Amino acid sequence: MKVGLFIPCYVDQFYPNAAIATLQLLEKFGVEVTYPLTQTCCGQPMANSGYEHLTKGCNELFIKNFEPFDYIVAPSGSCVLHVREHLHDPANEEAATVLRHKVYELTSFLTDILQVKELNARFPHKVGMHQSCHGQRGLKLSQMSELVAEPFSKPGSLLKMVKDLDLIELGRTDECCGFGGTFCVTEEAVSAKMGKDRVADHLHHGAEYITGVDMSCLMHMEGILKRAGSKVKVIHIAEILNAE
Amino acid sequence: MHESTKDHAALAALFNKDEERVNWHDETLWWIRQKRDKNVHQLPEWEALREAASQIKFNVLSNLHDYLLEFEKNATANGVQVHWAADAKEHNEIVHRLLQEHKVDRMVKSKSMLTEECGLNEYLAEQGIEVIDSDLGERIVQLAKEPPSHIVLPCIHKKKEEIGDLFHQYLGTPANVADPQLLTEAARQHLRDVFLTRRAALTGVNFAVAETGEFVVCTNEGNADMGAHLADVHIASMGIEKLIPERKHLGIFLRLLTRSATGQPITTYSSHFKKPRKETPIHIILVDNGRSVQLGRKEFRNSLKCIRCGACMNTCPVYRRSGGHSYHTAVAGPIGSILAPNLDMKKYKDLPFASTLCGSCSNVCPVKIDIHDQLYKWRQELVKEGYTPAAKTISMKLMAQTLSSPTLYNAAGKSGRFVLKHAPFLVNNKLNPWYKEREMPEAPKESFREWYKKRN
Amino acid sequence: MNSRDKILSAIAANQPEKTALPDISGFKGAEEDLQSKYATVLTTIGGKIYFVKDENEIAAAVATQFSQAKRIVNLVDNLHIENAETVISDPEIHNLKNVDLAIIKAKFAVAENGAVWITEKDVQPRVLPFICEHLAVVINDGIIFSTMHEAYQKIATLEEYGYGSFIAGPSKTADIEQSLVIGAHGPRSMSVFVKI
Repeated sequence: MKVGLFIPCYVDQFYPNAAIATLQLLEKFGVEVTYPLTQTCCGQPMANSGYEHLTKGCNELFIKNFEPFDYIVAPSGSCVLHVREHLHDPANEEAATVLRHKVYELTSFLTDILQVKELNARFPHKVGMHQSCHGQRGLKLSQMSELVAEPFSKPGSLLKMVKDLDLIELGRTDECCGFGGTFCVTEEAVSAKMGKDRVADHLHHGAEYITGVDMSCLMHMEGILKRAGSKVKVIHIAEILNAE
Repeated sequence: MHESTKDHAALAALFNKDEERVNWHDETLWWIRQKRDKNVHQLPEWEALREAASQIKFNVLSNLHDYLLEFEKNATANGVQVHWAADAKEHNEIVHRLLQEHKVDRMVKSKSMLTEECGLNEYLAEQGIEVIDSDLGERIVQLAKEPPSHIVLPCIHKKKEEIGDLFHQYLGTPANVADPQLLTEAARQHLRDVFLTRRAALTGVNFAVAETGEFVVCTNEGNADMGAHLADVHIASMGIEKLIPERKHLGIFLRLLTRSATGQPITTYSSHFKKPRKETPIHIILVDNGRSVQLGRKEFRNSLKCIRCGACMNTCPVYRRSGGHSYHTAVAGPIGSILAPNLDMKKYKDLPFASTLCGSCSNVCPVKIDIHDQLYKWRQELVKEGYTPAAKTISMKLMAQTLSSPTLYNAAGKSGRFVLKHAPFLVNNKLNPWYKEREMPEAPKESFREWYKKRN
Repeated sequence: MNSRDKILSAIAANQPEKTALPDISGFKGAEEDLQSKYATVLTTIGGKIYFVKDENEIAAAVATQFSQAKRIVNLVDNLHIENAETVISDPEIHNLKNVDLAIIKAKFAVAENGAVWITEKDVQPRVLPFICEHLAVVINDGIIFSTMHEAYQKIATLEEYGYGSFIAGPSKTADIEQSLVIGAHGPRSMSVFVKI
């Protein structure tokens, strides 16, 4: 199975360990992983700001980079959701459609495609799981608290396979952290307050680490934690699942 | 109505100056969201009800022309007088004319967000007509000379001490009384006198039934009924989207409405007005005010399904932390942010951006409006229509150009330069809003790309 | 063109292609003890429940619970309440403002939300159950439906009304800091007598 690894630009620059863990984890399950070096961005920053019409070039490039693979996997629910919902190319719509269906966020790729049942991982810490909205409500990685429906969690089921990991309960299981792309600066006051409140919930329940499927949310909460001088760390879920 | 030159972000920043109040506001509304959860989880058929309601409402939108005619015919046959208002101005003029015909200059009004949308109180005040809002929350904000901050909980932003001060000033309660029980009793006595002396009553409409020509008004306080049954004339204002096809459909909507709104199984009163009392006319005003235009916007017409339960506000993490007044429009929160631009794109260009697109609103919506998707679509629309700052457009174009070209992207050797330059949260200076309350991420020695290249 | 025609023609031009109505006949309540469910829900929303065998029991309960009531209006046939008015002859409805207790008939109750269904045929004038200080409702046939779906099925078989209302509990508000206060504008209490 050939997988094209799609790494969001800020992960590439600031959180290489999340990307490395993603790659190593996939390789552990016998997947042939390639990182196309000419990749840039999914175009979400423009689209969410109202400039989806400017993402034509990004889309063409994305298709060119990732067309050859059986699947495309990214350690980000948000970027994957954007591709799933908005990857189009009038000149090559057939390819775009195929790609929209074979792009996966890492944890759902592990549970749904690789059907991982056990992991050789150990992480002896108290961990709070942040449900990033785009992964959870957009990609339906976990059941949403608003709905009257059976609970499930794809990332949660993987964390349960990690030895000695203590997954803490939260007061609000799936409240947004307030990052929201450019929202974090255009609506600075509300965004920061949302971030502080989300972090406080984890701290209140004794988290040593806050994890999640989206580094952007974690980066936001990391900024809050560091400013408060907290020792609590953020860590991408790939790093936990890959921890030995 | 709030006339403000400040946008949502600026108004929300003001609201956030008092963090304790933000916490209180957030927790109060979250508590209501939890009550809603607890209540809806008792109905295994909840999601099926939402789906049915959504389909019924879509059927209404797809057949609105005929349903309106059917309603008009049946209501008229019931002895109700039907009026049509193309816009807010015409609505207000109709109300004024009816009051003049009945020689009335004092009116009692139960909750109607439509009259807030139309600015009816202000208009009638200019004509020398006194309007008293009879919903307790609305009466409180009316005394405070503020608009409601929430469509179901009009004074959710006010603390009981502030309400005590208002009542002390206007209703003569003793100073420093802040007990909700005592304050409500004072309002009861004050408004009872209003009900007994006003000869005209205006109510909103929750649902109108095409099949029977009746309309349903829901309250917990009983204020709509007290007003309507004691007055000589009852005026009911409704948006044209409030229609439902058949009476039996009320079974679906009344099950959904209050559970979504406040977590109650139903409002205390769900009153069905079909025929007038003897010699006391009922006038119903069907108001368009932009709704027929919204109906033509394929991407946005679903917003007309809204039954005004306010669940999207209670669940919205942004609304809970910015307060309703930050939305500077009659209907605040997520639903307001997709309704308002239809009325005035320029004035409300900020609202679709007052969201993280987290999607919780769409999940609680009892008629399954794709609210967060519409927020995204309004952003595209606003950009296309030129309502975004030129500087933003220039930087977005530059960003698009760079991201389309791996050569440009990697031109400087390290792609990090691009990220550093363009990511809004990474500008390393103290004027950067990110930095105000959050630290910057630290750049590691080696990017993933560099690591990968070395490895292969 | 007048506003009516203008609105209608704009709608005709803008409304999407017609979609079908869903079949809602499958919605119904779960099989459960409706009396106990109704009692629980009504109590939760601030009402009082009495399951009674006959009018004598109602009269006795009224005498005990509303011993302070001075002006009582009783619109329930066969129910004898001491010193109660059984018709409202005064055309000036505003004079009902001092009614302490109104006793009225309802067609049925709804278990899922504690409501009773009243129409103006049984409750004249319309304002009575709102303006009274306390409200007592008698469900003569003891009918309790599970949900609103069954309720509307029943309503379809009853005589048409000019005005009808579902009433669920006493008048209430939580507008001040979400603190629940019973007795906003309408009755301060609601007692429901279900005949079994």
